[in-house]
Amino acid sequence: MTAPNMTAAETRQLVLDTLAAIAPEADLAHLPGDAVLREELDLDSMDFLNFVTALHERTGIDIPEADYPSLSTLDGAVAYLRREPPGPATA
Amino acid sequence: MTDFLMPSLGADMEAGTLAEWLVKPGDAVKRGDVVAVVETDKGAIEIEIFNDGVVSELVVPVGARVPVGTVLARLGDTAQTPAPKPPLAPAVAAPSPPTPPSASPPSASPPSAPPPSAPARPRSSPAARRLAAARGIDLARMAGSGPGGAIVLADLEAPRPAAPRGDLAARRGFDPAAMRLAIGSAMSRSKREIPHYYLSETIDCTAALAWLERRNRDRAPPERVLPAALFVRAVALALAKTPELNGYWQDGHFQPGGGVHIGWAIALRGGGLVAPAIRDADALSVDGIMAAMRDLVLRARGARLRGSELTAPTITITSLGDRGAEAVWPIIYPPQVAMVGIGRIVTRPWVVGGSIAARPVVTLTLAGDHRASDGHLGGRFLAEIGRRLQEIEAP
Repeated sequence: MTAPNMTAAETRQLVLDTLAAIAPEADLAHLPGDAVLREELDLDSMDFLNFVTALHERTGIDIPEADYPSLSTLDGAVAYLRREPPGPATA
Repeated sequence: MTDFLMPSLGADMEAGTLAEWLVKPGDAVKRGDVVAVVETDKGAIEIEIFNDGVVSELVVPVGARVPVGTVLARLGDTAQTPAPKPPLAPAVAAPSPPTPPSASPPSASPPSAPPPSAPARPRSSPAARRLAAARGIDLARMAGSGPGGAIVLADLEAPRPAAPRGDLAARRGFDPAAMRLAIGSAMSRSKREIPHYYLSETIDCTAALAWLERRNRDRAPPERVLPAALFVRAVALALAKTPELNGYWQDGHFQPGGGVHIGWAIALRGGGLVAPAIRDADALSVDGIMAAMRDLVLRARGARLRGSELTAPTITITSLGDRGAEAVWPIIYPPQVAMVGIGRIVTRPWVVGGSIAARPVVTLTLAGDHRASDGHLGGRFLAEIGRRLQEIEAP
């Protein structure tokens, strides 16, 4: 399953599920789509790498470091995952 | 016949609650086997045994809180290896005398079900644990299909259900208030007993970050490395030249650490922190250190750490990360004799070849125990870390 084949709602749920595993105490039901995730959820660099890794494993998209800024918000992450094709570096 | 005691897992531990027995009378155990889970102020910790033998009696029942040093179980010899001494449990000043474990009678049979106060953690196969660690899956949130509900590989490979909305109770047995007390107690002891000296050195990170960018560019996220792994490696290698900073202050003198086991301070999401060991960090590649860090962070925040990981560190590093402050003045974790702080990497005006350039720099700090070393030696150590960061070899 790759994100471009998912509906926007499914992609959004995938991102939220991934965040829930990393920040289990967060109230994600009320997470604004434009909130900066690392600030809002207090994610350190290891948390963010785990977020990117989990999204990569569930979509096949490589998400190079240069693209990290596109994933800084929930809305941004959903748009990015729906736009990018799975990458060649997928193991 | 040997006794298996409630271990001390740090300068701040006085007692622990037996949460789960993973063995029963008659089971053969080997040195290093995890035989019990103990609830401490740092959460649930897996406790290893340090002798070979056969379990003859479980003395302390599940749910009992007992002081450090209490006999938890008795082992009959299997007649081969002589009991090796337990590894450093350098912590307690004066072990509390063993006392009977509460009013409940010792139970010789394996507990059927833990009482409500004792958290039931899902069991899991080692392969499942490794996979979960690699994938960032919290086993505590899963149901297993293996024997006795154990989580096995197949459970992880099955399509994952939506992660449930969790709460801090996910870290069962973790009590932020108790951890705060324990940290306060250990840090008070440090400030009371250790004559700290402090040094700082600002290091140009251009070369290290360029190396990292090249290194990560063609790698999928699971293989990427964070700057912290480079810092840890540089510290581990630099310690070879100043072994006086790697070890313990015990019984009035310095005792060198048996290896470079770096305590990696991990902030817990509910508050508090824990600093388990990256073992033999001087022998690990950058990738090896990164893998160890990912594993420790995952287990510190979700699943379990092992007792030996909490007692092993010979020095501790605290890295504030890219959202932290610029510099930190660490408080040494007794009985260690040094602690290294790594601030946030910031872009600052820097003089390069006689002109000013914008460079990414980091402030490294060292807290040293003046009973074990002087600032002169500490300064050489920080300089060596800086030198190592300028010439990072292939991973």
